[in-house]
Amino acid sequence: MTDARADILEGIRRGLGRGPLDGPDRDAMLARLRRRGRHVVPSRVDLDPEGLVALFVAKAEAVGATVEALADEADIPRAVASLLARENLPARIVQAPALEGWNYSWEAAPAVEARSGAAARTDEASLSPALAGVAETGTLVLASGPDTPTTLNFVPPQHIVALRRRDVVAAYEDAWDRVRDGAADGLPRAVNFVTGPSRTGDIEQKIQIGVHGPVRLHILLAGD
Amino acid sequence: MDPAGPRSFPGAARAALRDPTLQRALANLKSGFPVKRAEVVADLPEFDALRDAARDIKDHTLARLDAYLELYEARVREAGGHVHWARTADEACDIAMEICRRAGARTVAKGKSMVAEEIGLNERLDASEIERVETDLGEYIVQLRGEAPSHIIVPAVHVTKDEIGETFRAAHDDLDPARDLTEPRAITDEARARLRDKFFAAEVGITGANFLVAENGAGIVVTNEGNGDLSQTLARTHIVIASLEKVVPTMEDAFAILRLLARSSTGQEFSVYTTVSGGPRRPGDRDGPENYHVVLVDNGRSGMIGGGFQDMLRCIRCAACMNHCPVYGAVGGHAYGWVYPGPMGAVLTPSLVGVANSAHLPHASTFCGRCEEVCPMRIPLTAMMRRYRARAHERGHTSRAGRMALALWAFVAARPRLYRPLAGIAARALAWAGMGRGRLRRVPLAGGWTAARDLPAPEGPTFAARYRNYRREGRG
Repeated sequence: MTDARADILEGIRRGLGRGPLDGPDRDAMLARLRRRGRHVVPSRVDLDPEGLVALFVAKAEAVGATVEALADEADIPRAVASLLARENLPARIVQAPALEGWNYSWEAAPAVEARSGAAARTDEASLSPALAGVAETGTLVLASGPDTPTTLNFVPPQHIVALRRRDVVAAYEDAWDRVRDGAADGLPRAVNFVTGPSRTGDIEQKIQIGVHGPVRLHILLAGD
Repeated sequence: MDPAGPRSFPGAARAALRDPTLQRALANLKSGFPVKRAEVVADLPEFDALRDAARDIKDHTLARLDAYLELYEARVREAGGHVHWARTADEACDIAMEICRRAGARTVAKGKSMVAEEIGLNERLDASEIERVETDLGEYIVQLRGEAPSHIIVPAVHVTKDEIGETFRAAHDDLDPARDLTEPRAITDEARARLRDKFFAAEVGITGANFLVAENGAGIVVTNEGNGDLSQTLARTHIVIASLEKVVPTMEDAFAILRLLARSSTGQEFSVYTTVSGGPRRPGDRDGPENYHVVLVDNGRSGMIGGGFQDMLRCIRCAACMNHCPVYGAVGGHAYGWVYPGPMGAVLTPSLVGVANSAHLPHASTFCGRCEEVCPMRIPLTAMMRRYRARAHERGHTSRAGRMALALWAFVAARPRLYRPLAGIAARALAWAGMGRGRLRRVPLAGGWTAARDLPAPEGPTFAARYRNYRREGRG
């Protein structure tokens, strides 16, 4: 049996009427890769930082997320406690271990039983930090890592995301620059761009919020 | 799926037009996606500039497809993943089945993947000991019904909610008979509860990919339900099935096209989940797959490079063309007989299975051009359908009567001395037949055409005769 890889590459080159790409053509291709040039970025994001936060909030709410502005990171536990009570959920939360480095303490919400780690099937609410929020479409950017497990973003029906105001950026490309900056020894396994709670239109095109991913998405806009 | 399926288009289309339930279901499509698309496109002044950029990105990439695929493969390897190359559908299935076997798979959780449908992976899994679970709600519905998807974005668009309720009741036989399954909310909740078990049980998760990124070896999957993410995060082994042309050079290139994809598809500004993932879990990670495999599927695509149908490889499977197509809107997706329906299918199917097996599909168009107007990748769909019509005709795949009629027409039309008197006679005959009304309800041999409309009857002499008079009177 001949090699499938060689056959396919050979077939492509036959169609293109050339051998392997080399010389100046290959150099030009690699230069384009290194340049990482941006294409058209919507002008709707030509705003000052305050305007970007306002656009982010409006876009996130338009797709069914709820947004709560907090004066201080230290208010996160109290906000979580009242959300769980409001939604009739048990006073339990599983949070990303990375949040242990944030400036808040669960002593501020003694009724809430908080655990750090990945999500288990029985967890009903989770809390994770966003690497960035993209104002363009109200999109959260969540990067996986030992201290930010991906299951937190998908398994529990109630997902709460903590986002610092200064991490609201204009466009997807700005968020990806942050991913690249933090990826000296390789990219995270997964980077999730999340725009609202899960949804489907598979039944007669009637939109249903809450399918396999979170049924509710609550964003805590904290800090400066 | 039977590649001879597309041959059956005329009969299947007639049956679809007579199916009242299907017609009711299709009505939802026309009032849904096109309206939402128009709204979000109006809200993005840069939409057309992005279309130009997207076309250029794909053209650039396809002209260097070999080199970008090699780069992509190297990046996946560096991240600890495996890339497998498959020339044919069978090779791709063999590879995927072998990975499942080695992973000890008893249950496979599958995200929606059109290329998996194309290669017949579902049939291969179903013929094995492995339980295949479709996790996209629409795919799950068609799986329970033993059907194929009829649309590439909303696979169960041909089914009404009442039928779905009945399907669930038949399949989930432990359901309380008093349980109400008449509303979309109740049906969705039932699916969520059922599929939870499967996500956690599956040893292997299979997804497609919307993009493969050469700069970093990532695959990008776009979903709304979150099923693709649960499939790839909870299973120990993640298999990505993707066709060659999914590769783009950089993340910036992917973002440009992503700005078009959801808007063109469902009329959302951005899909709920756009997931960039590559390779198995990193050191210290608490979740994510331990094994990561990509099956790169050719299945006829390398043969399209450099030819007259290469532009079709720019397609991002958004479904805008079928959402806006009057023919798709009338007959639905199953009539097309293979995996890809609508205008994109009418071009891609002949490219992949041969025009001999699908000669009717390029004719499944009124050439109204809506598909091209809305295509985010600016694919010249009608020009390519016209080329396939010509090819089907040249190779004798069209009907004998049709070819004879065209040959007769060509013979007459190329001989003005014959054409002019015959056209004069025909015009007078039609004018006489339509006398008083100015139109004809029926014309011999054109019953299909006049069934839905009248033919305007010619009035006065032919154009050539009038032009002669005009010249004679010295006005020309």
